[in-house]
Amino acid sequence: MKKKSNLLEHIVHGIFLILGLITVGCVLVITVYLVVSGIPAIKEIGLIDFLFGEKWASTASEPAYGILPFILTSIYGTAGAIALGVPVGFLTAVYLAKAASKKVKEIVGQAVSMLAGIPSVVYGLVGMMVLVPGIRKIFNVPDGASLLASIIVLAIMILPSIIKMSVTALEAVPKEYEDASLALGATPEETWFRVSVPAAKSGIAAAVVLGVGRAIGEAMAVMMVAGNAANMPDSLFQSVRFLTTAVASEMSYSSGLQRQALFSIALVLFLFIMLINAVLNFFLKGEKK
Amino acid sequence: MKKIICIALAAVMALSLAACGGSNSLSGKVATDGSTSMEKVIGALKETFEGENTGVEVTYNPTGSSSGIKAVQEGRCDIGLSSRALKAEEKEQGLVGTVLAYDGIAVIVNPENTVEDLTVEQIASIYKGEITNWSEVGGIDAGIVLIGREAGSGTRGGFEEIVGVEDLCQYRQELTSTGDVITAVSQNPGAIGYASLASVKDTVKAIKVGGVAPSEETVKDETYAIQRPFVLVTKEGTALTETAQAFFDFITSEAAREVISAAGVVPAN
Repeated sequence: MKKKSNLLEHIVHGIFLILGLITVGCVLVITVYLVVSGIPAIKEIGLIDFLFGEKWASTASEPAYGILPFILTSIYGTAGAIALGVPVGFLTAVYLAKAASKKVKEIVGQAVSMLAGIPSVVYGLVGMMVLVPGIRKIFNVPDGASLLASIIVLAIMILPSIIKMSVTALEAVPKEYEDASLALGATPEETWFRVSVPAAKSGIAAAVVLGVGRAIGEAMAVMMVAGNAANMPDSLFQSVRFLTTAVASEMSYSSGLQRQALFSIALVLFLFIMLINAVLNFFLKGEKK
Repeated sequence: MKKIICIALAAVMALSLAACGGSNSLSGKVATDGSTSMEKVIGALKETFEGENTGVEVTYNPTGSSSGIKAVQEGRCDIGLSSRALKAEEKEQGLVGTVLAYDGIAVIVNPENTVEDLTVEQIASIYKGEITNWSEVGGIDAGIVLIGREAGSGTRGGFEEIVGVEDLCQYRQELTSTGDVITAVSQNPGAIGYASLASVKDTVKAIKVGGVAPSEETVKDETYAIQRPFVLVTKEGTALTETAQAFFDFITSEAAREVISAAGVVPAN
């Protein structure tokens, strides 16, 4: 009897191990594939010319493969989305976790979940039909497809993950902390911002990481509102192209060095996301100690 | 007399049987080589033809019109593909061009735009960024917003080549599908874009080029300027293989019209 259950346990253990290894395997395969297919073009173009070249003209008779405009656009776009999305998301989370009545919390929570479930192409479409013409009219510029439009779309897209993770973190703060603060004579507001939020700091930071990850990796929605011309992002109203959209928009007809260069862009994007995750993880762990 | 009829009948039957046998058991390869812009239409025709004749493989080598023409001349492929008409000297060298279809590209603006007619030169100046306001070409005082397709797109390649603005366009938006271009143009009163003729919808206005409105007829009789022929190139005096001839006959027949239209170009036959 004991032997049998031991055997069963081994089998189950094995199954779980295999399932876990599938994920690890996927990451490894993707990493190896990206590196192998991304390196040749960088070698041919030259790392400096590739990363810091300001001109991208992949199908011109004298092609230029500089991706600095894409890198800067991705950085500005993500930073902008964080600057807009984090304060809104964070304050919404504080309200939902601490101040809102049960009914309000339920309704707003549902709405946030629905926002998370909307496919990115729908964000793009609404952005294209409403936001882009709106920006054109409000700011009186010739065309609304711009860095600003992408920042707004990305900020809305990262809201759900920021709100949900922050609410979870805030709710996990032990009630004793808040009770103690209130007993010392602090107002509820002081308690939220001086006690609950610092206690939930690492969870909120993780929410920001998630938001950065989603914003920098988004392709479909920004492709439809960014204008997609390979310009340097020197103004909020400039038509720009992100790292993600640079890969997605030219992949279907590409060939030769152009295609290899697109893989190299994907590699750069991949390294970016890894770097951001590593840096933020480092800070989170540092804070826990 | 009876005997002769009998023999004649027998001969006809034998011939028709042979012909039948031939068309049912076509096999081998048909090599096509040339224009990258024709990828879509040749791909669709290839699929249909291979579906009807299992055992036939149609290959397509996207090398560009000029190298496709050269390949026919040197006997490296069965049918050459060219997205421009043959030049006089190429015809002198014994090459024959058969127009498969016409690729008409409509220049589209927002329906609110008052401009109705532009010359090819004006369109070129607009796309090169030399004309930046609609008032310069007879419209209202509003900035021109250039909308185009992504690098590598056949429509973009065709448009830039015909208008003569290759690598010179100052695009404001580069979108990845014809539908996106049409939507973007329909959203912005100052926008101008281009799309293959077959896909233009009512939400945008296709302007006249040099006084000629784009339509299937004006593209076919070559009065509409922004168009190019898709030409099948063969060599005079050199017979195609049976399989290649069958493919050639199929794609220039009535039966292929629908497939060609579905690929976004105007069939010539």
